[in-house]
Amino acid sequence: MAGEVSPPGVLLTTLEKGVNWARTRSMWGAVFGLACCAIEMMATGAAHNDLGRFGMEVFRASPRQADLMIVAGRVSQKMAPVLRQVYDQMSEPKWVISMGACASTGGMFNNYALVQGVDQVVPVDIYVPGCPPGPQSLMHGILTLHEKVMDGEIRRPVIHGVG
Amino acid sequence: MADEELTEQTAEEAVAEEASAAPERELPEQAVLAAIVEPHESATWQIADDEWVVMVSAGEYHSLAAAALVNGFATFIDLCGVDYFRARPRFEVVLTLLNYDDPMRLRVRVGVDGDEPVVPSVTDVYPGANFYERETYDLFGIDFSGHPDLTRILMPDDWEGYPLRKDYAVGSVPIQFKDAHKVQ
Amino acid sequence: MSDKDTTEEQQDAAVAVEETPAVDAPMERGEAGRRRLHEMWVAGTEERADVRHFTDEGAQELLGDEGPDVLAIQRGTVVEDDYEFDDSVDAEERQIINMGPQHPSTHGVLRLQIELEGETVRRVKPIIGYLHTGMEKTGETLTWLQGPTNVTRMDYLSPFHNELAFSLAVEKLLGVDIPERGQVIRILMTELNRVSSHLLWIATQGMDIGAISMMIYGWRERELVLDFFEKVTGLRMNHNYIRPGGVAADLPDGWEDDIEMLLRKVPEGVAEYREILDENPIFLDRTYGVGVITPAECRAYGVTGPAARASGIDFDLRKAFPYSGIDKYEFEVPLGKHGDVLDRYHVRIAEIDQSLGIVRQILETMPAGDYRTADRKVTPPPRKRIDESMEALIHHFKIFTSGFQVPAGEAWQSVESPRGELGVYVVSAGGARPWRVHVRGPSFAHVQALPVAMTDSLIADAVATLASLDPVLGDVDR
Ligand code: SF4
Repeated sequence: MAGEVSPPGVLLTTLEKGVNWARTRSMWGAVFGLACCAIEMMATGAAHNDLGRFGMEVFRASPRQADLMIVAGRVSQKMAPVLRQVYDQMSEPKWVISMGACASTGGMFNNYALVQGVDQVVPVDIYVPGCPPGPQSLMHGILTLHEKVMDGEIRRPVIHGVG
Repeated sequence: MADEELTEQTAEEAVAEEASAAPERELPEQAVLAAIVEPHESATWQIADDEWVVMVSAGEYHSLAAAALVNGFATFIDLCGVDYFRARPRFEVVLTLLNYDDPMRLRVRVGVDGDEPVVPSVTDVYPGANFYERETYDLFGIDFSGHPDLTRILMPDDWEGYPLRKDYAVGSVPIQFKDAHKVQ
Repeated sequence: MSDKDTTEEQQDAAVAVEETPAVDAPMERGEAGRRRLHEMWVAGTEERADVRHFTDEGAQELLGDEGPDVLAIQRGTVVEDDYEFDDSVDAEERQIINMGPQHPSTHGVLRLQIELEGETVRRVKPIIGYLHTGMEKTGETLTWLQGPTNVTRMDYLSPFHNELAFSLAVEKLLGVDIPERGQVIRILMTELNRVSSHLLWIATQGMDIGAISMMIYGWRERELVLDFFEKVTGLRMNHNYIRPGGVAADLPDGWEDDIEMLLRKVPEGVAEYREILDENPIFLDRTYGVGVITPAECRAYGVTGPAARASGIDFDLRKAFPYSGIDKYEFEVPLGKHGDVLDRYHVRIAEIDQSLGIVRQILETMPAGDYRTADRKVTPPPRKRIDESMEALIHHFKIFTSGFQVPAGEAWQSVESPRGELGVYVVSAGGARPWRVHVRGPSFAHVQALPVAMTDSLIADAVATLASLDPVLGDVDR
């Protein structure tokens, strides 16, 4: 980054800011649309709401190319291992947004089939409430995540057995 | 409305009705329905504006479905299970068929024994029954004899229990990674 | 050499080629002959001289369009893939690929196991259940009035249809009549929902076959419809608006203006899409004759709705078993002939027009009156009465806490959802909650029919076929 031109002593903080800034400005999502919420997620990316404003219009099918997983919808018992595997395949740094009541808590379906909250399977950074959360809510969640990334460190502590 | 009369038909009722109907068995006025139920001793029926409901025993279910196909009910619509729990027989399999040419709906209700839930599969008559029978097997544990691929369809393969049975708990089940290593 | 010269020479050459072979070429017609010529051309056997006299003019000449087969092969207009002809490929040479459950096509968490022989699909097995939500179980724990909250989340692209089917089934058991305005509002919302669902279908179908611009366009008009839904119901999706006994609230003031705006804007958008797609050679190539399902297969596998109508089955539940007074309105049932992806596209586009026609008629003839039944059994007393009377308050409380009772019995009700026959089978044991709720989702049958539509077609067409059946996985797995 702008190392040479910076005044001495601020190199590292500036680098951190620069890296974080770069990360937030092109955060590519992994498609993980599951149910009704996925439709709203797609609506967020489409013309009317235009996620491209935040450098996020690219949704990648391959988890290797994605930084952010938006879990949009209900996670079933059958899907949970798949979800975990996709998460594991994403390269660091990676973030997770849990979109909607179902992904966050199981929503209104407190029954045998659903995982009651995706945080049982993967670590979640931001929960977006709503059923479904409107595009505005999702965008708010994404911007909050951006703030979080900007304020955070470059390297997140690796917790063994989780990350 | 005619539907209200169609209360849960327990086996005793069905048997009683059959026994009383047996000697001078009246056939319905509708020629098509008559043709479907005529060869089947155990069949009883209800008639509403836009649908016919036929109750039949598990033994005659398959041939009744075949007769329905011959008599114009060519469109497979639905097959599902119901768990009446305390009633005898405990389960019921409900097959819904449709006649496009002369719009009419036919619902076939089959009582299935609770201890040994087996009914013949109708996949050879209606190929569309395939997934529906698998679903009913998955959620109720009703065995469809003669089905080519009777495996779980909605739940993971190694799931224990049949979720839609009334004695299966309503609440949530903790997440299990039983199959994690197998999923590619 | 100028361009003009070339063309003239080409024409000459074409004439020459056209004339020669008929006279003396020992042509074997059909596949075998073509193969033989192809082989000798490639292998350079001595018979090569036989064919060389077709091209005496010199190798650099462009060749005419109408010529002997061997020339067509050389030009590349006839592609003969040796692999496809070879029947001796045994099972080991087939490969199985696994598509999903997480994949880029926009049709949810469907997993397909596809067995390929070269580029050709030989066997398909859909694997579902990745979105199984246990809604039928949850439905047994909710009161009849809460039921629509649950079913509306099944087929999340046509929530109103789910609610309508459930409500009608419950009303069948209850035996209540819905005032006319309530019924008309129901029809208005469901028909608009058909429009929004089909718009989304065009968007995703376009995207799945590579027309990404459709993905962006389709949402544009859909947003307009959703804005209206939000105004009426408070939510963009999953409305819980149509309930047993009527609808949740009356239409807001000024709804006529919104509808007029929709009736103006949506057809404009659709006309634009037609301009993009109707004559688009790529779109036609990728849809024409792809994913064919015959009428007999439709019946056997339970394929309904636009997919069946594209195969020429003239059946629409709105005509055959009219519900909520839909038979009062004039509309046509668009039909296709070939049952391929292209016909499904045309049928759906035409259905948008027809639905908008119904909406227009509703706009002109909306009756006044109550939007829910006056039957105190299912409808809470009006707000004013609650302030005055203790009984009314208790009554209100009872309806919303313990719920109303529904006579024991079973009922089937189906409505024509944008995807096909959406049936609800409810069983009541006489209590305040359903004994059993079963939903027959049209997509479930469509996914089941995928192997029929895909087998022996090219793998490149698989996604086009899948998208054209418009399966909504929430409806498949429930
Ligand atoms: S939170 Fe609501 S909208 Fe989202 S998946 Fe769950 S039920 Fe659907």
